[in-house]
Order: sequence, then structure tokens, then C-alpha cells
Amino acid sequence: MTAHFPILQVIIPLLAAPLCLFIRIPRIVGIFAILVSATAFFISCSLLQEVVTGGTLSYQLGGWAAPWGIEYRIDKLNGYLLLLVSGISTIVLVAAQTSISKELPENRHTFFYTAYLLCLTGLLGILATADAFNLFVFLEISALSSYTLIAIGTDRRALTASYQYLVMGTIGATFIIIGVGLMYMMTGTLNMYDLAERLPAVYESKTVLSAFGFFIVGVCLKLALFPLHLWLPNAYAYAPSITTAFLAATSTKVAVYVLIRYIFSIFGIEFVDMSLPLGDIFLFLGLTGIFVASVAAIYQLNIKRLFAYSSVAQIGYIILGLAIETELGLTATLLHLFNHALMKAAIFLAIGAVVYRIGSAQLSHYAGLGKKMPWTMAAIVAGGLSLIGVPLTVGFVSKWYLVVALLDKGWWPVAVLVLISSLIAVIYVWRVVEWIYLTPPRIITDEIKEAPMSQLIPIWILVLANIYFGVDTRLTVGVSKLAAQSLFGVN
Amino acid sequence: MNIIGLYNYWIVVVLMLIGFFIVIAHENLIKKLVGLSIFQTSVFFLYISMGKVAGATAPILDENYQLYSNPLPHVLILTAIVVGIATTAMGLALVVRIYEAYGSIEESDIQVQDNNDRLEDYLEAYGRKNDTHLFNQDKDE
Repeated sequence: MTAHFPILQVIIPLLAAPLCLFIRIPRIVGIFAILVSATAFFISCSLLQEVVTGGTLSYQLGGWAAPWGIEYRIDKLNGYLLLLVSGISTIVLVAAQTSISKELPENRHTFFYTAYLLCLTGLLGILATADAFNLFVFLEISALSSYTLIAIGTDRRALTASYQYLVMGTIGATFIIIGVGLMYMMTGTLNMYDLAERLPAVYESKTVLSAFGFFIVGVCLKLALFPLHLWLPNAYAYAPSITTAFLAATSTKVAVYVLIRYIFSIFGIEFVDMSLPLGDIFLFLGLTGIFVASVAAIYQLNIKRLFAYSSVAQIGYIILGLAIETELGLTATLLHLFNHALMKAAIFLAIGAVVYRIGSAQLSHYAGLGKKMPWTMAAIVAGGLSLIGVPLTVGFVSKWYLVVALLDKGWWPVAVLVLISSLIAVIYVWRVVEWIYLTPPRIITDEIKEAPMSQLIPIWILVLANIYFGVDTRLTVGVSKLAAQSLFGVN
Repeated sequence: MNIIGLYNYWIVVVLMLIGFFIVIAHENLIKKLVGLSIFQTSVFFLYISMGKVAGATAPILDENYQLYSNPLPHVLILTAIVVGIATTAMGLALVVRIYEAYGSIEESDIQVQDNNDRLEDYLEAYGRKNDTHLFNQDKDE
């Protein structure tokens, strides 16, 4: 049984998704979805433990040997991210039970859970697979279901946001498949590790170079690297809150994983260095993204849009870690991947709880809510502090590692810029605090109560995780370091 | 350099650019999806021509033939075609709902309506009195 864990992780949500349509009763479907996601979480826990102690796991689908059959391979990097995705998904689903009852019409609940589980399947599949084409298929599964998840709400702007995401996402995915096709042309294989062995022989070829170019642009569209982020703010702002919490925490992170996997495990860092000045490009785009998106966040009126822009900025930090091209830099990237997922899941779930009570994500409607919903608001502030990078939160840990990596490389001006950008984060988080605590309430708020326990508990689990992993960094730093070492060790 | 002999790749590039151009240049949401479909179709051509081996036949085992084309890219592209259909269907379904919600499928119309919504939000947040000039500007449009 445990031998089949790598595939079960992906197959269980995939099979459960259509089952939801047969169960039909929304409450039962919701509980069923939690169980499925929790199963995936337990599997990923046991997989990560096995990988850390026993080394890389390889699973041959249907017993077909690797370069011909599809291989699933779990190593430290994707074991770590599988844990993150399935864990966040489970916590978000617990909060979803009450949250979507306000935000979606009753007859769409079953569809919501179906699309959610499909999206989870896609994300877990991307992480687990070692086959370049299989990765594309999962990418499309997760993308198509996230278009549904965004458009399923009642806000009409979600429809245009979803359409925009569909167009840009499809262009990104098509670029990726062109890249995969060109690589297949030169090597005759689709298995990632087989590709890694065969590519060095054809490094000089222009076909491989264009494959790499198409691939990088495609993935950067998916991970919303500035200036390819245009789909993200609207999609996050107008989607149902649960969708936002889930996608913000997982989907861009998984796209970053794809980027890391291709750069380090497939093409190899030497090829990247000799073909494109990718480090400089990432450095420039990452830094511009951080500043442009952080400043844009300051001017937002919709709190979900505000934190969506902040997500674009955080992706800038993640990419900056990659641009350093050292083991320390990669460790910082992986840490921030994990930590940012924790912060954003907590913040967006807390916003979801407010939307549940007041039915709005307009910042002006948050006036005076600090007294009415103290726990929920405290969660938003805690998440905000973590975004700024205040000590004792996870945000501090990853920024610390990023700055150390930058100084180690000798890029002290960049390190200074990173610290300055944190000050911009202070401004947008302060704006939220100002509305919540310092502005007198504008609407009659007598009937507004604290969020229900079913939402407060998941929110606070995430907030406490934010603080816990900010103090006890053994798991996150340990696994990030091991993963970074193994990625550099391969080459 | 053999330019004519690589005509299938020329078709791929031309189709890809046509599709991409339509997606960027057209305002109509349905036309954008048409462009997107053409864009995706060009990749199907790329994969299919990749599998062709000169002088080879269809990959069905037969004693009379020794050389077969590579079937794998064809199988891969079947999957991609299915994905493409799903994407187009999803996109069209969204356009139907956009039409129901906005009464238009022209991007500029939709943007005007969205901007008005955003202006309302702005006025609500910072008060109507001080910003009547903004409100009037909106009416002039």
C-alpha cells in the first residue's frame, strides 16, 4: 500500500471529484472533500518523512519502466511542497463549509467542491510527476478548474477576471507545451531525468535554446512574475474568498516549483548561465515587481485586491532568491515559498470571514470592525506583520535568509532595496490597520458579530503556524536547505 | 538552408502569429477565443510534423514495412487537442455569462462598466461631497 503512495496522492482527489457530483447533498459533499484532502495530507506527511530519511522515491506508473512509462518521483523538493499544498487545502476546506454558504448560491456548492478537488489533483500532480508532458496535462487540469473556481461566484467582475486568466493562462500553457515539444524533438524523451541526461549533448542547438525561452515565458505567465501578472489582481479580488485563499497560497507556488525544477533538474544551471542572462533578468524583474506591486497595493480600495498586489510583490522576492543562483539564495526562495503560502492563506481566510459577516471586501466597510470582530482582525494584522517581516513571524525568517544570501553574494545594494521595500509593505498594512481600528464605523454594525468558530479555528491554526514556524524553523529551514543542496548537488 | 522543405514549420509559425495577433488585437471576446484556438492549433501541427519520419509509413506492424513514423507525438497531441476543446468550451461558457451580466461582449464596453463600479467604490470610501467633480466627469462620458 505505502509503495503506491506517490500515485494515490494524486488519484484519490481525482476520483473523488466526480463522486461529489453523485453525492449531491452539499453538506455531505463538503465533509467528503475535507476527508479526501486530509487523506492526501497524511499521505504527503508520510512521503516527506520517507524521502527525508530514505532518499528519493521513484514510482513507475502501471509498471512501465522509466523513460517509456510515466514516472512519479518524490524528492525533498516536491515532498516539501506536496505537504504544503495538501495541508493548506485541507485547512481552507474546513473554513469553506460556512464561507461558501454565504458567497455561492446553494445549487453551486457541489460544483464548487468538484472543481476544488480537481484543482487540488492538478497541483499535486504537477508536483509529483517526473514526466514533462504529464506535467502539462496536470497544469491544464488545475488551470481549467481554477477558472471555474474564480467564475463560480456571484460578482460579475469575477467573470471577466476569469476570462482574462483563461486567455493568459492558455497562452502560458501553450508556450510550455511548445517548449516540451522542442525538447522532445532534440532528445526523444519526456522523462525529466532522462532529459537531464540527454540535453547536455545538444546544449549548443538553437532548438534547445528556443525550447528554454518558450518554457521560461510560459511558466512566468503562470507564476505571475511582473510584468506578466496582469491576470492576478482581478482574479484574486473578485473570486469567492475561499478560492482566493486556496489559489493565492498554492497555485503560484506550484508554478515556481515548475520553474525551479526545470532550471535546476532538467536544463541545469550551467546551460542557463551560458544561454541566457537569466539571473540578471530575474533580478531586474523581481525588484521592479516588488516595488511596482507594493506601491500599487497602497492605492487599492478593495482589501482582496490590496493583498493580491502584495502577492505579486512577494513573488518578486521569491524570484529574487532564484536570481542569486547560489544554494543560500535557493534556500531563501524555498523558505519564502512555504512562508508566503502560510501568510496569504491566513490573511485571505480572515478576509473571507469578514465577507461572511458583512458581505463586502471594500476597505471602507472595514471601518471600526476591530471592536466587532477582534479575533478575525487580529489574524489579518498578524498576517500583515508577517508580510512586512517582523521578527517572530515567518516573514522575518525568509527575509532574513534572503538578505543573508544577497550579502553573501556581495549584492548589498539589492539587500538595501529589499529592506526599503519592506517599508512600503508597512504602508499598505498600516492602511488596513487604520481602517480597521482607527476609523469610526460608517455602517450600522449592531448585528455584526465575531466570525463563526468553524472559520476562526482554521484561520488561527494558520496564524499560529505563522508564528510557530517563525520561531521554530527546524522543519522549514531544514528541508529547504536539504532540497537546495540536492538541487545543486545534481549538477 | 532548406526553406521550402521545412514548409510545415513555416505554417506553424504563421498560424501561431496569426492566432496571437487576434488574441491581442481584437476587442470581441469570441474573436479572441477564435484566435486562441488558432494559436493552440499551430502547436498541434508542430507536434504532428515532428513525428513524421521521411519515407516511413503509419505505425501499424506489417511484414512489408520496416520504417514507421513515431506515433508518440500524435498520441500526445490527442491529449492537447482535448485540453484545447475544454479550454474553448470553458471560454465560451464564460462569454455567455459575461453577456448575461454585462449585456455586451466587447472588451471596451465591459471595461467602462467595470470602471464605473470602481468609481462608485472610490466615492463610497472617501465621501461623495468632496469629489463631485469626479462624479461629474463620469457623467460627461
